[in-house]
Amino acid sequence: MTYDDATHAKLVKDAAAIMARYPVARSGLLPMLHLVQSIDGHVSPDGIQFCADQLDLTTAEVSAVATFYTQYKRRPNGTYQVGVCTNTLCAVMGGDEIWRRLSEHVGVGNDETTEDGLITLEKLECNAGCDYAPVMMVNWEFFDNMTPDRALAIVDEILAGKDVKPTRGADTVATFKDTSRVLAGFTDGRADEDQGAGIATLAGVEFAKHGLPQEPAPKAAPAKAAATKAAPRKAAPRKAAPRKATPSAAAKSAPAPKTGRGKE
Amino acid sequence: MTDLTPVLSATWGLERSWNFDTYCANGGYDGAKKAFAMAPADIIQAVKDSGLRGRGGAGFPTGMKWGFLPAPDGGPRYLVVNADESEPGTCKDIPTMMNAPHTLVEGVIITSFAIGSNHAFIYVRGEVVHVYRRVMKAVQEAYDNGWLGKNIQGTGFDLDVTVHAGAGAYICGEETALLDSLEGRRGQPRLKPPFPAVAGLYARPTVVNNVESIASVPAIIANGVEWFTSMGTERSKGMGFFSLSGHVKHPGQYEAPLGITLRELLEMAGGMREGHELKFWTPGGSSTPIFTDAHLDTPLDYESVGAAGSMLGTRALQIFDETTCVVRAVTRWTEFYKHESCGKCTPCREGTYWLTLILRRIEAGTGTPADIQQLLDTCDSILGRAFCALGDGATSCITSSVKLFAQEYADHVEQGRCPFDHAASALFDYDEKPSTAAEEAHA
Repeated sequence: MTYDDATHAKLVKDAAAIMARYPVARSGLLPMLHLVQSIDGHVSPDGIQFCADQLDLTTAEVSAVATFYTQYKRRPNGTYQVGVCTNTLCAVMGGDEIWRRLSEHVGVGNDETTEDGLITLEKLECNAGCDYAPVMMVNWEFFDNMTPDRALAIVDEILAGKDVKPTRGADTVATFKDTSRVLAGFTDGRADEDQGAGIATLAGVEFAKHGLPQEPAPKAAPAKAAATKAAPRKAAPRKAAPRKATPSAAAKSAPAPKTGRGKE
Repeated sequence: MTDLTPVLSATWGLERSWNFDTYCANGGYDGAKKAFAMAPADIIQAVKDSGLRGRGGAGFPTGMKWGFLPAPDGGPRYLVVNADESEPGTCKDIPTMMNAPHTLVEGVIITSFAIGSNHAFIYVRGEVVHVYRRVMKAVQEAYDNGWLGKNIQGTGFDLDVTVHAGAGAYICGEETALLDSLEGRRGQPRLKPPFPAVAGLYARPTVVNNVESIASVPAIIANGVEWFTSMGTERSKGMGFFSLSGHVKHPGQYEAPLGITLRELLEMAGGMREGHELKFWTPGGSSTPIFTDAHLDTPLDYESVGAAGSMLGTRALQIFDETTCVVRAVTRWTEFYKHESCGKCTPCREGTYWLTLILRRIEAGTGTPADIQQLLDTCDSILGRAFCALGDGATSCITSSVKLFAQEYADHVEQGRCPFDHAASALFDYDEKPSTAAEEAHA
C-alpha cells in the first residue's frame, strides 16, 4: 500500500460512508472504485487492494468487477476524458467525422492519452443525448450538436489550460478526478449550475404551447450574446428558451386537470 | 391530429425546475399526500386499473409487477429504479432526471409505500454526472423537507433512498444484471425464475421499474385513474415520451398519448430535414425491428407496433433519411451489441462477434452473396437462446433490414463497395476521406 497516511485515512473514512449507504457492504464496490479513481486518476493496483481490504474480498474479485465496466480506467487517465459518440445515430449524423478530425488533431486514438496527460480520447456508445446528435462528452458532461470545428475548439481550450462549459450541465467541466468523486456519491454542490434545459428537451413543451417555431428558426437567445465571449461557439444553438413558461400554459392540450398534476 | 400531453415534462421550462420549491409550487408531492391517505393495496389497485405499462421497453403492466411481491414476511423488500438509460436512441429519462428529478423521488415514495419497502435505490448510469448531481440533490431536499427518512410527514412510514452511479455497461439496464451490479458484482443477467419479485436484491422481494414508469405514478394518484385512462388506446393507456432523433428538423422530447403516429409526430417536429425524405426508423430503440415510411400511420401503442412486426420499446424514434446506408447503420448497431454483450451466454457472446465480422465485410464491399444468408443463420442461433434480451435485440435490426432492404445488401456485395456518400448524411459539410471509420475497429 503506497497511499500516505493522510490519504489512506481519508479513503477509509469515505469508504465507510459509502458502505453505510447499503444494507450489504459489497454494494459499495462500484462507488468505491469511483472513489479510488478520484485519488489515482484510474483504478490502480493500490486502489484495488484498498477496495479488497475494505470489503473483505480478494483482489481478484475486485479486479473482476473493475474490468467489467468501461468507466473504470486501467491506465492513468487524462484530466479530461473526451468522448465522441460513434453509435449509429451520432455516427451517421457526423460523429464519425468528428472523431476522425479530433483524433487527428489531438494525435491519439481510442482509449489513448496525450503525453501531457490532459486528454484521453474515447469512442462512446450511446450516451442518451440522441436528440442532440452528434454528441460529445467531456468528463461525462454533455456537449450537444457538435461539429468538427466546435469539437476542435473545445479541445484546444482544454489544451490551453482553460475551463470548458458544457451545453447542458454545470458551468464548467470538473476534472476527471473530481467527477469520479461525485460519481462515488460525494456531492460537489454544483447541482444548481445550469445552461438551460436545451432546445430539444423542450421541443414538445414548446410545441404544445406555441406550435412550430417560425421559419427561419429564431436565433437562440441573441440577447445573451453579449454575455458570452467565446467566439468559436457563438453560432451554435447553446441556450434553450428562457425558463419562463407556466406549466398550465405548457399543458394546454393535456386532458383536465390542465397542469397534468393535482391542481383541481 | 393528436395533441401533445406534457405531464412529466410540464415544468421543464420553469426557472430552476429541478428544485423542491419549484416542484411544490406546481402541484408537486400532492400525489404523495393523497397516497398516504390511501391503503397501500388501493394504490397498487389504482396503478393496475390505470393500465400503466413499464416504460423501460418491455411494457409489462406496472401494477401487476408490484402485485407479484409475496406477502410480507417481516424481512426487507426493495424498490430499485432503473435509471441506466442506454438503449441507443433512448433519451427521455435523462432529461426527466435533469429537469424534474422530484417527479421520480415522489414516485419512489408512493411506490415504496405501496409495496412496503423501506429502502429504495436509484441506479443512474455513470456517464451523466450532472444528472447524478440533480438526483442526489433532489433526494437530499426530500430528506430536508420530511419526505424521506423516519416517520415521513408524520405517517409512521420510513424510507431511505440511495442514489447509486453505475460505471458504464449497457447490460445493467437489464433488470437482473442491474441487481447484480447493485450488489457490487459484474453486471450479468440472472436466470429467471426466480423473478426479482421473489428473489431480487440480496435475494429479497424486489420491484425494478424504469424512471418514467415510477415518475408517472404521482400524476396517476393525484389526478386519478380516469384521467390517465382518458389518454391512449384501448390497451395502451396514458401518455409517454416519444423521443425523436435523427434527420428531423426539430428533434426532441414529445410527450403524447400512446397511439400517436410518426406522421403526427413528424409534423410537430417540422418534418424531415429540408429536401430529404424518410427512409427507415426505429420505433423503440435499436433493439426493435426497423420500420419504413410504410409505417408512418401505425399507431405507436404496444399492440399496433407489435402487430406491424416491431416493438414499442422505449419509444425512441431514431429517424434516418434516404442518404443513410442501412448496412452501415446496422453494422454499427451490431458492433454496439458485440461490445456490450456481457459474455455470459455463448450464443450472444460468440454470435455478436461473428455478426460483426460478416457485416463489416459486407459494408466494406468484400462480402459474398452467401454472407447475407450467413447473417440470418447466425441470428437464428442467437434469438431466444440467451438468458436476457440483449442477444435478441442484436438480431432485430439485422433480420428486419435484410427483409426490408435486401437490394441494398446485395448492392454492397455486387458493387464491391458501399454505394452511399456518408458525408451526405452528416449535419455539416465535409469531404469524406477514403478508408476512415468503417475499417477501424470500433472498440
